[in-house]
Amino acid sequence: MNSKHLLILGGGTAGTMIAHHMRRRLAAADWKITVIDRDENHYYQPGFLLYPFGHYRRDQIVKQKRDFMPRGVDFQIAEVEKISPDTHSVSLKGGASVPYDLLVIATGCRTAPEETEGMLGGEWRKSIFDFYTFDGAAALREKLATWEGGNLVVHVTEMPVKCPVAPLEFAFLAESFFRERGMRDRVQITYVTPLTGAFTKPKAAKKLGHLLGDKGIAVETDFAVEKIDPETRKLICYDGREVPFDLLVTTPTNMGAEVIRDSGLGDDLDFVPTHKHTLQSLKYPDIFILGDATNVPTSKAGSVAHFESEALTENLLRHIAGQPLVEDFDGHSNCFIESGDGKALLIDFNYDIEPHEGGFPFAFGPMRLLEESRLNHLGKLAFRHVYWQILMKGRPLLGISRIKKAPANA
Amino acid sequence: MQKTIAGTTVEVNEESYLTDMNQWTTAIADAIAAEESVGPLTEAHHKVLNYLRDLQKQSATITIRGVGKSGVVTTKELYDLFPGGPLKKASKIAGIPKPVGCI
Repeated sequence: MNSKHLLILGGGTAGTMIAHHMRRRLAAADWKITVIDRDENHYYQPGFLLYPFGHYRRDQIVKQKRDFMPRGVDFQIAEVEKISPDTHSVSLKGGASVPYDLLVIATGCRTAPEETEGMLGGEWRKSIFDFYTFDGAAALREKLATWEGGNLVVHVTEMPVKCPVAPLEFAFLAESFFRERGMRDRVQITYVTPLTGAFTKPKAAKKLGHLLGDKGIAVETDFAVEKIDPETRKLICYDGREVPFDLLVTTPTNMGAEVIRDSGLGDDLDFVPTHKHTLQSLKYPDIFILGDATNVPTSKAGSVAHFESEALTENLLRHIAGQPLVEDFDGHSNCFIESGDGKALLIDFNYDIEPHEGGFPFAFGPMRLLEESRLNHLGKLAFRHVYWQILMKGRPLLGISRIKKAPANA
Repeated sequence: MQKTIAGTTVEVNEESYLTDMNQWTTAIADAIAAEESVGPLTEAHHKVLNYLRDLQKQSATITIRGVGKSGVVTTKELYDLFPGGPLKKASKIAGIPKPVGCI
């Protein structure tokens, strides 16, 4: 048997997309493709933002990974213990070794609440919650259903985090949630960030900076949390500042998968050093990285994985053919931002172009960038169907270019 | 846009961060530090500034955590050296871009 082996670690958003692209482009007689993941469940992660507020049934946002794998791809559930680039193999828990000719690492990122002292203390999932896991979002949904009010603190531990606007969206959605329940006067909302503000880029800050004040959301900036005191329910900053909470919705430190650290392949947050325009490992030519697992300086988000997967497909084919890689992944990212009251914003940016105003061509009709509208919110809701029915089945999303187009007024 | 800092004309953005780190000098660092109510700059400050400039040259993501775990300075010392917002002030004084989120 002379066929070669493309091994994809991770069958989430990124791994599923690249499996579809590559199965379509590589002849089955020449290349075997395997996807290995440790978890059967495929989560529609944008759903974790709305789930705490009572939206969605579990089965609308949790499905089975194997149902989205293309025909002709071998999908295995296993825990990868170590990646060994020198022998071109990975070892699985239980002792099996899987050789590869070409490896795509799409192991994503995870929350690491254990990195912050006091976060996992006695108050975890009692008064301290996260919504970056399904279990966390479900626990928070139960809590919010009966919470009677007090200090709600929405917190980002440190950057980078997956879907970096989600904590801010959570604050906006909470504000309108409590207003709709007639208890807004009993809830103080504070947004705590390690950055210089809720908005850090000039165009977005100018256009959207008023939203927080309009909604009565206080902001605590430049706040690097040293520890959480679960007894007195306070976030404590390295400079001594304290923020008290009755309900803390935190975004724990985000880190890459444990196998990255165990294999010695990561940076200090276990993200894999990756060429930001080709997605090739900076160290091993036969390893490419896709999605949240990279250290490239753009958002960790499904849209990025989508654009990356198209760029990566081209480069994997070139690498196989012995041709030079194209350096054209530009950090393109776009996302809907829920702003509460059934409205949302839409942003579009890349490594060099910050989020800007303008039109955005989309399958649902014309939307406006960097402006609140109901249409954007409807777009976000409709996107769940696009995700499951189009993106995760490897179908093309028409009208959206992988390469970010410069705004007309730039 | 341009700005004259410590007698040198340099390229800056809307928030007066240098847009070309190669135009940076220690005299410029002293002047920005004074504007930001930091300093006077000591060797301890310069160790941090040099470390940040090295990270920037490697296009590495700069975080408080990363700096605090680097062995160059602890997070507490970082806040003592650059009170009120270590990353935004230290990066401005170091002549590199401000660490930002996506919006």
